[in-house]
Amino acid sequence: MPPSGTDSRQGRNELPRWQFRVAALRLYALVSPRVPLIRSPMDAIRVQGLTKRYGDVLAVDGISFTAPAGSTIGLLGGNGAGKTTTISMLLGLLLPTSGSIHVLGHDIARDRFAALARMNFSSPYVSLPARLTVAENLRVYGHLYTVPHLERRIAELAADLALEDFIHRPAGQLSAGQKTRVALAKSLINSPDVLLLDEPTASLDPDTGDWVRSWLERYRAQSGCTILLASHNMAEVHRMCTDVLMLKKGRIVDHGTPDALLERYGREDLEEVFLDIARDRRQAVPA
Amino acid sequence: MTGGVRRVWGLMYRHLALYRRSWPRLLELCYWPVLQMCIWGFTASFLAMRMGTSAAATAGAALLGGVLLWEVTLRSQMGVSISFMEEMWSRNLGHVFVSPLRPWELVAALLGMSIIRMTIGVLPAILLAWAFYAFNLFALGPVLVLFFINLMIMGWAVALGVVSLILRHGSGAEALAWGILFGLAPFSAVFYPVSVLPAAVRPIAWVLPTSHVFEGMRGVLLEGVVHWDQLAMAFGLNVVWIGAAALLFAHQFRQARVRGALLSMGE
Repeated sequence: MPPSGTDSRQGRNELPRWQFRVAALRLYALVSPRVPLIRSPMDAIRVQGLTKRYGDVLAVDGISFTAPAGSTIGLLGGNGAGKTTTISMLLGLLLPTSGSIHVLGHDIARDRFAALARMNFSSPYVSLPARLTVAENLRVYGHLYTVPHLERRIAELAADLALEDFIHRPAGQLSAGQKTRVALAKSLINSPDVLLLDEPTASLDPDTGDWVRSWLERYRAQSGCTILLASHNMAEVHRMCTDVLMLKKGRIVDHGTPDALLERYGREDLEEVFLDIARDRRQAVPA
Repeated sequence: MTGGVRRVWGLMYRHLALYRRSWPRLLELCYWPVLQMCIWGFTASFLAMRMGTSAAATAGAALLGGVLLWEVTLRSQMGVSISFMEEMWSRNLGHVFVSPLRPWELVAALLGMSIIRMTIGVLPAILLAWAFYAFNLFALGPVLVLFFINLMIMGWAVALGVVSLILRHGSGAEALAWGILFGLAPFSAVFYPVSVLPAAVRPIAWVLPTSHVFEGMRGVLLEGVVHWDQLAMAFGLNVVWIGAAALLFAHQFRQARVRGALLSMGE
């Protein structure tokens, strides 16, 4: 049965639009066999009325959003805007005061382990054991995520992320760029369907930062993974995100594609939009 | 391997990889038990030399048995607490808790590490007692296994209490991991029978599984009799202790998720 919305006025010999889309996707899948045809018919992330209160402090104030499968959603906001709190609740590290979170169809409140097996997370603020080698760290997380053919997966990641030269070195002896690549490898060990990245390029030089961003873009295109990206790097958000949620004082104060936000605020770059919102200095121009 | 077993192994592998590469950590495991055995072994030898009776030798044996079995409790407790704190010190808990590792699997991995750490720690001291002081702990017979099990469970119960306090109060509660069990030692009748304690504090001793185990050990060493009633009491009390500790851990784990303490732990 075709999905609703099929144009009945199409000519008889004309391929209906939905069939054309499916045919195009099939062709794309044939050309690029690593791309799943349709990963999931549902939103990868669905957040409804999410609230977190610490005593008198309202850290997250009833936010709702969805992340379609295969999208990259940016969380933008100043310090204390609620980005990390939101990510922590998505990961089940933090219990919401109210609201619901569904990741890949699993209710995080009731069935978080089923979702966690298909998610992963990377943050420069959460370390990997420094005395373990890169390979040992990846082995630990491979077991925690019950990755099949683990040694093969580690070898794949080592080749993809250029870890081979230091795979047997303790994680604590690596440079910031190398550590970021290892953290990425850890976050991809289970080939996640949803990847949560908290400032993935913080403290990296521009060259390494660009390498990481390019790599993530390529990975998303190949795997169809959904990425939620919290960042203070506006250029990064502009480049990578299909949609941006602007957070302030725990609320989503605006959202849209990076270009739509620029247009709405009449600005050249997202940093200016960010400052407009953070300092209440300019309102969006109504569409 | 099933998923649960693999995840438990994954966390144990993390600790074993650490020990494989660090001889100071391995040395630290057996350093204190061996040191204790040296001190109390010489003390027992001195007493036997001065008193020169078989009674003194038997008392010395009870003393050494007490030292070794107390180390079983202590090392079991520290095995769990320190393995948990290793995760905290390496600021790795955030990654561990966002993996599909269930809380009970985390506990199972910590208990597994505790058994390995206790064995590495206590075995050299047992061999030392046998080689230098002619005290063979294994002469207690198969009942020794039941003593070990009870003492380990008691150690784990205390350790889960310590981990719960760390979850509640953060790294400020770390010091308890080293000291808390010593607070129970005077009431555990390690080196003397419960009857030596003042009547007012004996009820404290009787609610500790350890005191029943040590009474049982003295029964075997001094009378050659296994007091099954003491062992049954120890098992019964351990069920209560470990059950209460598990509930406390589950409660504090949930509270840590409410407060958001899991990410910031160790800071």
